[in-house]
Amino acid sequence: MAERLLEVKGLKVRFATEDGTVHAVDGVDFELDRGKVLGIVGESGSGKSVTAMTILGLTRDKNTRFEGEAIYKGQNLIELSESDLRNVRGNEIAMIFQDPMTSLNPVYTVGDQIVEAIRTHEGTSKRDAKRRAVELLRQVGIPNAPHRVNDYPHQFSGGMRQRAMIAMALSCNPDVLIADEPTTALDVTIQAQILELLANLRADFDSSVILITHDLGVVAEVADEIIVMYAGRVVERGSKRQIFYDPQHPYTWGLLGSIPRLDRPKPKKLHSIEGTPPSLINLPRGCKFRPRCPHAFEKCQEEPDLQRRVEDPGHLDRCWLSVEEKRRLRDATIAGGAQVVA
Amino acid sequence: MSERRNGAPLVEVTHLKKYFPIRRGVLSREVARVHAVDDVTISVAEGETLGLVGESGCGKSTLGRCIVRLLDPTAGDVVFDGRSIGKLGARKLRPLRREMQMIFQDPYASLNPRKRVGTIIGDPMRIHGIGDRKARKEAVEELLQKVGLSPEHYNRFPHEFSGGQRQRIGVARALALRPKLIVADEPVSALDVSIQAQMVNLLEELQDEFNLTYVFIAHDLGVVRHVSDRIAVMYLGKLVELSPAEELYTRPIMPYTEALLSAVPVPDPDLAEKRERIVLEGDVPSPIDPPSGCRFHPRCRYATDVCAQVEPPLVDYGNGHLAACHHPLNVDKETLARVEVSQKHTPEAAAEEAVPEEPATESTQPESTEPTAESDKPAENEWLDRFRRLTP
Repeated sequence: MAERLLEVKGLKVRFATEDGTVHAVDGVDFELDRGKVLGIVGESGSGKSVTAMTILGLTRDKNTRFEGEAIYKGQNLIELSESDLRNVRGNEIAMIFQDPMTSLNPVYTVGDQIVEAIRTHEGTSKRDAKRRAVELLRQVGIPNAPHRVNDYPHQFSGGMRQRAMIAMALSCNPDVLIADEPTTALDVTIQAQILELLANLRADFDSSVILITHDLGVVAEVADEIIVMYAGRVVERGSKRQIFYDPQHPYTWGLLGSIPRLDRPKPKKLHSIEGTPPSLINLPRGCKFRPRCPHAFEKCQEEPDLQRRVEDPGHLDRCWLSVEEKRRLRDATIAGGAQVVA
Repeated sequence: MSERRNGAPLVEVTHLKKYFPIRRGVLSREVARVHAVDDVTISVAEGETLGLVGESGCGKSTLGRCIVRLLDPTAGDVVFDGRSIGKLGARKLRPLRREMQMIFQDPYASLNPRKRVGTIIGDPMRIHGIGDRKARKEAVEELLQKVGLSPEHYNRFPHEFSGGQRQRIGVARALALRPKLIVADEPVSALDVSIQAQMVNLLEELQDEFNLTYVFIAHDLGVVRHVSDRIAVMYLGKLVELSPAEELYTRPIMPYTEALLSAVPVPDPDLAEKRERIVLEGDVPSPIDPPSGCRFHPRCRYATDVCAQVEPPLVDYGNGHLAACHHPLNVDKETLARVEVSQKHTPEAAAEEAVPEEPATESTQPESTEPTAESDKPAENEWLDRFRRLTP
């Protein structure tokens, strides 16, 4: 049994705004063990980024209300003081953001920024920190690292900036790395490079990774466990195989169906999830996916719990349809009437 | 794939070049040039969708912008609907602008935040003097409905919409003048996967309804497959492969295409584990000083000496499938015996030292067999002879 690093229980995050209360995260539970990759998948506004930022205390504000807990090595990060949290950030849990263009400071060299991160947490000399920075850049695959360490962010390409961000995040050997859409702004070829890098990190640094993305294709390559989020809730949760080969929630089917696939014959029309995600101020009654769900029926007026409905342990979902019905209905949704192995 | 090609090309791009000068010093002397598009010849038939793919910096957007003359080509010409527009002045070009429109990548930056949706979509009609105020309002409301928004959105501002909805506004604006050609520059890259599918379907419906011709620019081969009739792959300003859409996926000839295909994530864990992934090393080289010979050779896993020295010509492999490569993949010997260097794409350089390897035999899988190491089999000499004969 691997060491449990992080346990999130009943996490709720609400923002008070002029227009009303935004229920950004509304009941999220998950666990993360050492050396594992957890994928969090969902559309914009599903609360996946807010969940990650809350773990690091980045959503703290006078307008924000929290419920639930995030236990990291025995301490609840939600209630930790700001100064204690500072020791966790970067040092124990590090985060890389979606946009590598805006998350590096343009007026400092890449090396200086990594050195600063190292020296904030460790009392190393400037020279040692610089040497570490070069080593890290080399490890994430920056060619000619001793030279490039003195470059400014604008001298790096998009993919290299994301690598530099990863190097910075790894500078203090964190136990958990949170990657929030790390490849969304990049070309597919560069995305492939970054995903390979993330997969190797696990082996080289023994870190756990939380990978946040809207693209199920990305998590298929690297994740061990996946949670699918919709409107601030977890609607399905399971191992990679369970989610891809026996998906239970119609929203997961929709996500799977809308990926244009190269491994299957081209369907006449791409499946799409109609409509847009609901407003988080005015959530629909009952199942939150109901207004967009083609299979909704009367019972969906009531909200289903996240619970195990299939035989497989660890595979949870929030849908009232019976397992038999689901297995019958979903093939039509997932592109091209694809064969789904139960 | 829609089968409505009636032959006549709507757009013909011939030997198009677009260089951006880099100026330095007090006198702004030109010190270097960015070779954004370098001698591209391509045509788009009426009612067709041409997919244009490649990494950032390959010149696909520049080519798209040259086609609608948002940029002036350095050399070469664009013929739109029988009229040469490459050197046309602004005034003469204006009436033609109605017939070609563009959809941009960033739905946040491409709409004026201070204008209402009605004005944004109606402005093209106002500028071109179409209809009176009332007629324009009706037209805009109809357009809003066409793109899946509601007429009540007329008086809203762009910030009130989500990314997907904004992109729909951009589509409505492009449609306002009932153009013949729409150049869509990465129209879905900034959207969530689920919303991407909606947009792709919308664009296809509109194409059927208005008989539109699309040039669809994207870096993701997955999306392009769904919309395109033909696909052009670009690398560092060069057209490296042009193929009927489905054939490109079953039978890529250029190793760059093979690598692009393998980079698309497969949402199937078992398959993702099994398949061989070709991860291209590094980034696209600088287009200021592109590599010699085949521009892809520093990143190509099949590259040999010849690739660094001789630029491969675009070769016609039959069925409208062109590719520029010294070591073509997925081509059988018979095809190779028939192939000819595409007339329009003959390069100046002759293949003096060309020593191509044994090409891989045809397979239906994108994963091709490894080409064998250099040898001197007769088949290759034959290919070499033909290569020499065809290149002046």
